[in-house]
Amino acid sequence: MKKRTGAQILLECLKREGVEVIFGYPGGAILPLLEEMSKWDFKFVLVRHEQAAVHAADGYARASGKVGVCLVTSGPGATNTVTGIATAYMDSVPVVVFTGQVPVSLIGNDAFQEADIVGITRPCTKHNYLVTDVRDLSRIVREAFYIASTGRPGPVLVDLPKNVLTAQTEFHYPERVEVRGYKPTLEGHLPQIQRAASLILKAKRPVVYAGGGVIISGASEELIRLAELLDIPVTTTLMGLGGFPGTHPLFLGMLGMHGTYQANMAVTECDVLIAVGARFDDRVTGKVEEFSPRSKKIHIDIDPTSIKKNVYVDIPIVGDCKRVLRRLLEVINSSGVNPEEYRRRLSDWHCQIEQWRKQQEAFNNNYNRQGGNRIKPQHVVQKLYELTGGEAIITTEVGQNQMWAAQYFKVNHPRTFLSSGGLGTMGYGFPAAIGAQVAFPDRLVIDIAGDGSIQMNIQELATAVQHNLPVKVAILNNGYLGMVRQWQQLFHGRIYYATRLGDWNPDFVRLAEAYGAVGLRATKPEEVEPVIREALRIPRPVLMDFWVEEEENVYPMVPAGEPLTKMILL
Amino acid sequence: MRQVLNVLVENQFGVLARIAGLFSGRGFNIKSLSVSETLDPSLSIMTIVTEGDEKILEQITKQLNKLIPVIKVIEVGGKPHVERELILVKVNAKPENRAEILRMVEIFRGKIVDVSSRTYTIEMTGDEEKIRAFLELIRPMGIKEMSRTGIVAMIRG
Ligand SMILES: Cc1ncc(C[n+]2csc(CCOP(=O)(O)OP(=O)(O)O)c2C)c(N)n1
Ligand SMILES: [Mg+2]
Repeated sequence: MKKRTGAQILLECLKREGVEVIFGYPGGAILPLLEEMSKWDFKFVLVRHEQAAVHAADGYARASGKVGVCLVTSGPGATNTVTGIATAYMDSVPVVVFTGQVPVSLIGNDAFQEADIVGITRPCTKHNYLVTDVRDLSRIVREAFYIASTGRPGPVLVDLPKNVLTAQTEFHYPERVEVRGYKPTLEGHLPQIQRAASLILKAKRPVVYAGGGVIISGASEELIRLAELLDIPVTTTLMGLGGFPGTHPLFLGMLGMHGTYQANMAVTECDVLIAVGARFDDRVTGKVEEFSPRSKKIHIDIDPTSIKKNVYVDIPIVGDCKRVLRRLLEVINSSGVNPEEYRRRLSDWHCQIEQWRKQQEAFNNNYNRQGGNRIKPQHVVQKLYELTGGEAIITTEVGQNQMWAAQYFKVNHPRTFLSSGGLGTMGYGFPAAIGAQVAFPDRLVIDIAGDGSIQMNIQELATAVQHNLPVKVAILNNGYLGMVRQWQQLFHGRIYYATRLGDWNPDFVRLAEAYGAVGLRATKPEEVEPVIREALRIPRPVLMDFWVEEEENVYPMVPAGEPLTKMILL
Repeated sequence: MRQVLNVLVENQFGVLARIAGLFSGRGFNIKSLSVSETLDPSLSIMTIVTEGDEKILEQITKQLNKLIPVIKVIEVGGKPHVERELILVKVNAKPENRAEILRMVEIFRGKIVDVSSRTYTIEMTGDEEKIRAFLELIRPMGIKEMSRTGIVAMIRG
């Protein structure tokens, strides 16, 4: 059998995994691999910072459901990926990161551009590997993709010493993967599902609280069927947006710190809480002791560690959300329940929810009335929603822009709202949009950004231009690190320390032009719509700079550590 | 609450770091840890003694299970089991105390494994309780040095 180099083996394995795109950045330690790669037909998206390579692979993965792949060099190339990896880890995104490493003989010697990236990323990867022998390479690559993409997905890092890339061995592709310490539970335990069904069927005030797990497992359809069958209202987390249609009459909006009044009140007052693929994060629960205090709780999640971590649940069900919901529907359907009758029983509950919803709507209309001659950031998002008909892949940065995007852009489809929820990484949105655009060249991809966050990965304008990726960026430019300023205003004596950017922000329009992209600006409310229309018309990367009301706040807001009922509405 | 866990893991480099990192990163408590090979050379076994309320102990077991190289976590603590630890203690052996030390070593079924002009080194095995009792009795003699293996445990039957 002909021997092959580590580089050839790696690329052959990637082919067999179905990889088409690699996001990356070169360096000495991976030169043999790049040389080999030039003979293959992978699309290599050269980014301008390794953090962006991981975010782009992450955006690619979230948008498409496939594994995102990155390749970077050793030392600083590897350490630059850490924020991207931690971001993907917190949000359970399947990404495989290949890092170059110094030759095995030099490891541990403080060699040039050596970093113990396996040690550094151990707590923020689902798993990681250092390949020390080329004969292990194909097995490890296979395992890496398998682990990244199954169970609760997550990032896996594979560290590749330079000599492993050049060493030769016979190539054997492991057709089957078998990791004896890794057996995710997919099917829920039937007796638990039956208990859950009978609890739901006895409920008078049920509510579904759905998280990112619904999207990851592709369970939206089952969730809609469950909700519609029994008329159960649904709220989602930030990560769950799109898992249930944003325009559905049963949708309550997002819950938590910046959730809607009706969603937070409904989870507080419900008698049965059905948590699906969510993890009771502190941004969702508020003061955890007072979260949904009178409900019986059902919790469906594939990760046993998510269950009973923060909140006691009565009926835990470990399993894949889609499969468990299917089973649950079967059990409910065969229980002889009369859905008509059940729905009638819920009419008081729906009346109550309608009242809460009205209160929220009254508040929503408020910001419009405040008007004036400054652009309201909420108005920009609202217009983006209207002018795209809601048909776009939205990514967000972090801060107020992220929350307004979540509140005002109604997300109707799974995998079309990509946001760094768990880690809250400023600088995520733009490279993630690039990754999503690579996955779907013909779809509209918009990064809803802040003037602070966009500057964390602004260099990726070059990537978008180089690869003809017509990503749109909408900067809600308030001249502040707005979310931090909001906290300073509300909780720290209105002292805006280290949060003012305005006077030192670059001219974003000229900056875009300098990169070869298109820059547009709106400074008055009536300019918002024409600017968006113009941007949507241009088949190139466009950066829109909206000069919005500087001290606008995100409401409703539950102060950190307070119960959800302590909402500040305005 | 105290818990004793037997954790069966892949015998690979880095596994100990993963387990230690899990405990330190999540603020879990390790009271004692011992690692050794098993009959199957591809596996190691760790005995971890930890402490926490019910919720924390449940998280510890789940989080350990979640690590890829962890194959099995056995909650030894809840079941009838045997625990043993081996200690080496070097004590001052003043002439007037020697007989007393020897008597105690005998009562606790220990062994003197090294003798010098001024010290005895004692080897002793037992469970936590026995070792604590022995150390309390021997302490007044003046303990110069001590080394313990950490607890190993096994379910009965
Ligand atoms: C990498 C990183 N550093 C710091 C923070 C803390 N932080 C959260 S929101 C925010 C302000 C974001 O400002 P901007 O992007 O302008 O968005 P705005 O809130 O003004 O919409 C900061 C600094 C963070 N989330 N991520
Ligand atoms: Mg800002």
